[in-house]
Amino acid sequence: MLKIEGVHTFYGQIEALKGVDLHIKQGEIVTLIGANGAGKSTLLMTVFGNPKCRQGRVVYEGQDITGVPAHEIVRLGIAQSPEGRRIFPRMTVYENLQMGALPTDGSTFEEDIREVFDLFPRLEERRNQRGGTLSGGEQQMLAIGRAMMSKPRLLLLDEPSLGLAPLVVRQIFDIIKKINEKGVTVFLVEQNAFHALKLAHRGYVMVNGVITMTGPGQELLANPEIRAAYLEGGH
Amino acid sequence: MAYFIQQLINGLTLGAIYGLIAIGYTMVYGIIGMINFAHGEIYMIGAFISVITFLVLQSVGMGFVPLVLVVMLIASMLFTSVYGWTIERIAYRPLRRAPRLAALISAIGMSIALQNYVQLTQGARVKALAPIISGGMTLFEQNGFEVRLSYLQIFIIILTMALMAGFSYLIDRTPLGRQQRACEQDRTMAALVGVNVDRTISTTFVMGAALAAVAGMMVTLYYGVVDFFIGFLAGVKAFTAAVLGGIGSLPGAMLGGLLIGLIEAFWSAYFTIEYKDVATFSILVLVLIFRPTGLLGKPEIEKV
Ligand SMILES: Nc1ncnc2c1ncn2[C@@H]1O[C@H](COP(=O)(O)OP(=O)(O)O)[C@@H](O)[C@H]1O
Ligand SMILES: [Mg+2]
Repeated sequence: MLKIEGVHTFYGQIEALKGVDLHIKQGEIVTLIGANGAGKSTLLMTVFGNPKCRQGRVVYEGQDITGVPAHEIVRLGIAQSPEGRRIFPRMTVYENLQMGALPTDGSTFEEDIREVFDLFPRLEERRNQRGGTLSGGEQQMLAIGRAMMSKPRLLLLDEPSLGLAPLVVRQIFDIIKKINEKGVTVFLVEQNAFHALKLAHRGYVMVNGVITMTGPGQELLANPEIRAAYLEGGH
Repeated sequence: MAYFIQQLINGLTLGAIYGLIAIGYTMVYGIIGMINFAHGEIYMIGAFISVITFLVLQSVGMGFVPLVLVVMLIASMLFTSVYGWTIERIAYRPLRRAPRLAALISAIGMSIALQNYVQLTQGARVKALAPIISGGMTLFEQNGFEVRLSYLQIFIIILTMALMAGFSYLIDRTPLGRQQRACEQDRTMAALVGVNVDRTISTTFVMGAALAAVAGMMVTLYYGVVDFFIGFLAGVKAFTAAVLGGIGSLPGAMLGGLLIGLIEAFWSAYFTIEYKDVATFSILVLVLIFRPTGLLGKPEIEKV
């Protein structure tokens, strides 16, 4: 469904991605784990062409989307809940969800927002509250809910568990699973390797802008190197 | 008391005009974080276009006042918008990723270029216009002093109120307004949810220019004269209004405009007209000392 082929991405002179290859199949949950600064967020943003990769290709459902402007990507069926959640702080929960919807979907808006409220009843209770005043967990729910408003086929999630209490993390991961069961393919970037690998069908490990390991989630979870680097005494 | 009310009316009229210009400053600042120093010139161009439209209508023998006003209004909004759009395209968009200072210099350069352009094409002399809306009514009389409300003042205040109401609705309630607010709050995120950021910024310049054009037309009607330099002082004052109200805040721009109009009117009436600009700017300084974000500005503390 999504193929990243030999992607190199730069910030000025700094090479953040040094030739990344990975693929995601329809219906999967694929996770990408790696330490802070490895280049995970850069990879998700490269899918949206912001920044654009200097070398390599991003192919989505057979179509080369490398040069497509960021605002067009969501129309192709890819949505992102980015690093730091990026809720529109001075908009209400409801307005944030309106922003997530595609303008062409006006006729199904009520159904779509119903579905998001069913996933996150908390958002319905807070619908008129400003995004900037929500708790971290609520903001994360809103970020995912906003992404779901565009009815994506592929959902990119950047560290949804960051800074959240364990109980909330569990809730969020349950919902990710539910979303996947509805038929949405999920690409989950995490530092919380334990939860992510348990949930995912497959995983990739990124170190300093290159993929160093890949395999089924359970296999990576059992791998002693990974246990040492990302699980024990880690997060 | 009568004298006071008269100044109140005059000040509100002036303030309405400043408020319309201030909205353009505040919106552009909100969306790209830059002061559009060419905005005063946009207003000046709006004033010129309304004069030219009037002269054209006069030469074809059109004399029906309501129609003349509507055509002037539409023509100046339309053509001035084109200027606003073009300025963004050639002076600001190429510098979107450049340091702020570069865009600032580009803005000042644009402002000088537009002044010279109008000076060259329209001449340096003041253009005068016969009053189009004349007459008025006496509200009341006290100790021999008549409080007058001219039809032109009514026209200006009502048109401003209507524009501001429509504009607030657009920003608060429509998808376009939501997209503008999204770009203002987080441009990167706006693009991720599918907002065409460049187009939204262009639209913002167009809307600011259209409102400035209305202000330009009002000033033309109110004072009856325009020249290529009127954009400078009006621009500085409207900018002051935007800062006073809280730059980035729409109600702030309207409030700031009204306050500056009132300060000017009362200062001229009760003290000396020569120092009215000094008074305006002194009050700005005082407000900024005690409320650095302006009267309705949003403090930048937010949970992320
Ligand atoms: N906007 C930016 N400008 C310059 N360097 C950046 C920028 N964003 C990220 N980087 C650098 O790129 C590298 C990868 O960062 P990032 O993709 O955020 O990693 P991760 O998401 O895995 O923590 C880091 O070295 C980081 O410092
Ligand atoms: Mg990251």
